[in-house]
Amino acid sequence: MFKEQIKPAILSFLILTIITGVLYPLVVTGIAKVFFPKQANGSLIYRNQKPIGSSLIGQPFDNPKYFWGRPSATSPVAFNASASSGSNLGPLNSALAETITNRIKLYKAADPNNTAPVPVDLVTSSASGLDPHISLAAAFYQISRVARHRNLSQDTVKKIVLQHTKGRLMAIIGEPVVNVLEVNLELDEYKK
Amino acid sequence: MNWFNLVQTAIFLSALLLLVKPLGIYMALVYEGKPAGLNVWLAPVERWIYRLSFIKPDMSMSWKTYAAAVMLFNIIGIIVVYALQRLQAYLFLNPMSIPAVPPDLAFNTAVSFATNTNWQSYGGETTLSYLTQMLALTVQNFVSAATGMAILAALIRGFVQKQVETIGNFWVDLVRSTIYVLIPLALILSLILVSQGVVQTFKSSAKVALLQPTKDADGKIISEQTLALGPAASQVAIKQLGTNGGGFFNVNSAHPYENPTALSNFLETLAILLIPAALCYTFGFMVRDRRQGWAILAAMLIIFIPCLLSCIYFEQKGNPLFDRLGVDQNATALQPGGNMEGKEARFGVTSSAVWATATTAASNGSVNSMHDSYMPLGGLIPMWLMQLGEVIFGGVGSGLYGMIAFVIIAVFIAGLMIGRTPEYLGKKIESYEMKMASLMILIPPILVLVGTAVSVVLPQAKQAIFNPGTHGFSEILYAFSSTANNNGSAFAGLSTNNFFYNLTLGLVMFFARYWLVIPILAIAGSLSRKKVVPATQGTLPTHTPLFILFLVMVVLIVGALTFFPALALGPIVEHLMLGGG
Repeated sequence: MFKEQIKPAILSFLILTIITGVLYPLVVTGIAKVFFPKQANGSLIYRNQKPIGSSLIGQPFDNPKYFWGRPSATSPVAFNASASSGSNLGPLNSALAETITNRIKLYKAADPNNTAPVPVDLVTSSASGLDPHISLAAAFYQISRVARHRNLSQDTVKKIVLQHTKGRLMAIIGEPVVNVLEVNLELDEYKK
Repeated sequence: MNWFNLVQTAIFLSALLLLVKPLGIYMALVYEGKPAGLNVWLAPVERWIYRLSFIKPDMSMSWKTYAAAVMLFNIIGIIVVYALQRLQAYLFLNPMSIPAVPPDLAFNTAVSFATNTNWQSYGGETTLSYLTQMLALTVQNFVSAATGMAILAALIRGFVQKQVETIGNFWVDLVRSTIYVLIPLALILSLILVSQGVVQTFKSSAKVALLQPTKDADGKIISEQTLALGPAASQVAIKQLGTNGGGFFNVNSAHPYENPTALSNFLETLAILLIPAALCYTFGFMVRDRRQGWAILAAMLIIFIPCLLSCIYFEQKGNPLFDRLGVDQNATALQPGGNMEGKEARFGVTSSAVWATATTAASNGSVNSMHDSYMPLGGLIPMWLMQLGEVIFGGVGSGLYGMIAFVIIAVFIAGLMIGRTPEYLGKKIESYEMKMASLMILIPPILVLVGTAVSVVLPQAKQAIFNPGTHGFSEILYAFSSTANNNGSAFAGLSTNNFFYNLTLGLVMFFARYWLVIPILAIAGSLSRKKVVPATQGTLPTHTPLFILFLVMVVLIVGALTFFPALALGPIVEHLMLGGG
């Protein structure tokens, strides 16, 4: 009863391994290469043939002339895209309160005239530590600071923010978000 | 709660329900060996696999032979996954030169993937070579799911057949589940995911310049970012569809390269529940009484929907601490608001909470947000859904056979109450079936509670806790709830990559899967042998709202009574502390 099953077990395991573990990923890779080469390779952004980032992976910013993204809990450096990680801080952990207090201080110090409360996504770590996006509220909160440091009008900065905003899918699903790296690249390239 | 919370949830559930019938019929035809389109086209492949592996497709097995085949196939799987991890440094497709995985971690990962749990003690991009990801993990993602579906098909045959000693051929059920159901769906899903930006390449990684150079913890200037790439889309598709859940990257589907857009997220969430929900219809179709399939699906939804809405509610309400610190967490047109710690901006609260509920109702265990950072009651929902025994959708195949065990218990209790011989679908439920069903319902809670109790007294187990206080207890309770129900999600603060947890959680996953497989196959064998009792006026109908509600109550009472004390010590106390400041 048991012995007769050994041969089918080993052989079917081998064949299914080849089908699902070799052929299947190779077929997907092949089709992806032909139809979606950019997406399959990481949605990289190029300037002068050099990759300068990915539109899907956030980068760290703390210069006041740039928009700042979601806080990142990766180590040893923020936005370490070879070791994704969240903070895993529990809601009552005093370390969470402390971290958030410090982040609020940074925003207040960089923009003392802005008295609005800081939008929640600017002071809470993202799940991946690589979140490329912030909410519209988080972007609008930073417009006055960025505009001042770049000697641009707030309207100009807002226009650039909106250009890199993605709305909901069919106006319903997901959340509208601003791509931080794309906005910052555009700001650097903007000619008055 | 706001308008977007509700509409997004409604659209998600409608899309799921629309797909239940077509996919359910298709799978039923596949298991019955009747023409259903794809299985006509691919029939030569099926025959070719049988010929090459010396499988005699017409030979039906006794339940014991069937169980032996299941165990043999799974043990081969565990050995191969273990060996590939230990040897990956000497094999090819290892562009990052990742060393061999240590023995305890390799054991844990091997059991984790063979049992359809996909508990992640490893960090995907840092621990495993591409060869291991493909030949070990992707393969198990398919065949562990197909194993669950095969066992369900055998159980259904137990209800359909009359006075037969056999329950079908495991190899046939396994091969058909893989090539006719899982591969086609995974192929479609993975290509849509690539179009959205999920990576699929054999390049090791890409290096890009940082727009603004930054400093690491030691003050060293970092001006480059290394983007881990890999053949992710093909694995993400099947880990969602097969209720596996093991991520290509460490943070699973929170990683923008695993789940980049609202559309990818919608489809990945749908894929979690798709097959488990459709199998309910398959069940009704195969027992020639579709109402029975809808009844079970209704019972699942009656528990699932309130859980889903509560989870959204608690996360949307946010953390009172944030209010005190002067953080704006109100939902407005410009931001989703709510508790955003450990969540991605593109998903916000709704898509994160829908995922968290779906992934724990089904035994998927993939995540798109960090459950450890959920509000106490927001995090209680996923934990409790697992503790219910992974029968609210549950794993592909395993969820429904677990639910049928609950149906057997419910029919039996109802039979005692009204003084009639319990029957289900024309088969008498007797003490043998009851004993086996009781085993299935008792084993996971015992593993959860004993495992947690032992861990909270052992110093080396307590060291692994990340968050202090009662939340730390929740981390351990969550880990055992997840592994003892083959889910695989985690309160990831707990550092489980050490000898104690790799070993204990590995054993828990093993027993939780295979100690349930054997009793359910025994039930299938025993039912097959029985004759069909014609329905009379005295037969308890099992498709009525009354019975559905009764089934829900049985599931809830068992789940609630078993785990309330433990939950009270964890998330409930934490919630009360939140109010008290």
